[in-house]
Amino acid sequence: MTTPSQTVGPFFALGLPFAGGPLAVADGTPGAFWLRGVVLDGAGDPVPDALIETWQADPDGRFDHPDDPRGAVATPGFRGFARCPTDPQGRYAIRTVRPGPVPGPDGVLQAPHIDVSVLARGLLDRVVTRIYFPDAAANAGDPVLATVDPIRRQTLIAKETDDGYAFDITLQGDHETVFFTF
Amino acid sequence: MPDWKPPAPYRSHAEADQPPLAAPGYGSTRLRSPHHPLLVLPQGLTELTGPALGERDFGALDNDLTRQHDGEPQGERIEVFGRVLDGDGRPVRDTLVEIWQTNAAGRYNHVGDQHPAPLDPNFTGAGRTMTDSDGRYRFMTIKPGAYPWRNHPNAWRPAHIHFSLFGRAFTQRLVTQMYFPNDPLFGQDPIFNSVRDDAARQRMVAAFDLDATTPEWSLAYRWDIVLRGRDATPMEDS
Repeated sequence: MTTPSQTVGPFFALGLPFAGGPLAVADGTPGAFWLRGVVLDGAGDPVPDALIETWQADPDGRFDHPDDPRGAVATPGFRGFARCPTDPQGRYAIRTVRPGPVPGPDGVLQAPHIDVSVLARGLLDRVVTRIYFPDAAANAGDPVLATVDPIRRQTLIAKETDDGYAFDITLQGDHETVFFTF
Repeated sequence: MPDWKPPAPYRSHAEADQPPLAAPGYGSTRLRSPHHPLLVLPQGLTELTGPALGERDFGALDNDLTRQHDGEPQGERIEVFGRVLDGDGRPVRDTLVEIWQTNAAGRYNHVGDQHPAPLDPNFTGAGRTMTDSDGRYRFMTIKPGAYPWRNHPNAWRPAHIHFSLFGRAFTQRLVTQMYFPNDPLFGQDPIFNSVRDDAARQRMVAAFDLDATTPEWSLAYRWDIVLRGRDATPMEDS
């Protein structure tokens, strides 16, 4: 009996973006990098009216949240959430730090990951994906990555760049990003 | 195994409660909806936690859209209020509610909106508030207008207010639209009708509430929003 989802529409820029939204960490945070990407549609064209939101653990794999059973931990300068609308070329950029490994439902550690929501005109519900890091040894044992067809698994793994990482999102088609439901 | 108990996961939506990502009547879904089936992601701590956004992030919040400029906006003044609940009827407290909407003439204050209806210099059309300890929220605004779009010949969106909610966890995030009762445009709107179950569609429609009107000032619409519930009260054993 939940309230249904509806599209964010083309005009969310009126209400949702905010100053500092793309910054999951405060300026000057050690180890901070840019996570940049392009959102593409099924024709390979950029999506200029998407909204990207990210959520992640802090570098120790902890959350400042009452439901973290290990206890909420507030890390100064760390919000863990970022929101960035795409530009006319479909690009987004988020400033963050690398999360630590996080326990899964069974307590087994998952490789460092960032959860991503993609919202846009033409998406009646958000789509959710995960960003993993290319150089993380823990990826090999990650229980979520293990469920993904190896051919499509690489869509979940960011690429290293000069100032951080790149993670492109393809909504549809041959190179479609893996999206999750829960 | 860890010496702590993982929080209970959130229940899935009933299929009838959600629109499909591919809705043939809504043209923009054609190139934007994924073709591959969604993979099931077991809910770990990243999914069972979420941001607690508020004034620290946005500065002062503003739930009165009629007082954001020097003058009064044009249109029918309305209060929109209700509760944010989870699927078990529990209030979702201290959570951010964001809205945006057209002005009374059906035009968004956005450069991309080319509908030749007047802009209102006294109306921006965006607000933010937090739910209280009982899950209650309220906005003062003006009733938005219907507007044409190019989805199909002579297509018009029913008047609506966009709502964005976070709930307690990443899993509960919801972006939706609130509609007004008895809108004659419902029948031809593929976004409203993307939700195929009539009872679920009606959960997107606010109720006119005469008792909540302010005499000589504003009409009122009540709308409760239901986020996903979970299998047990969090931390109930601790």
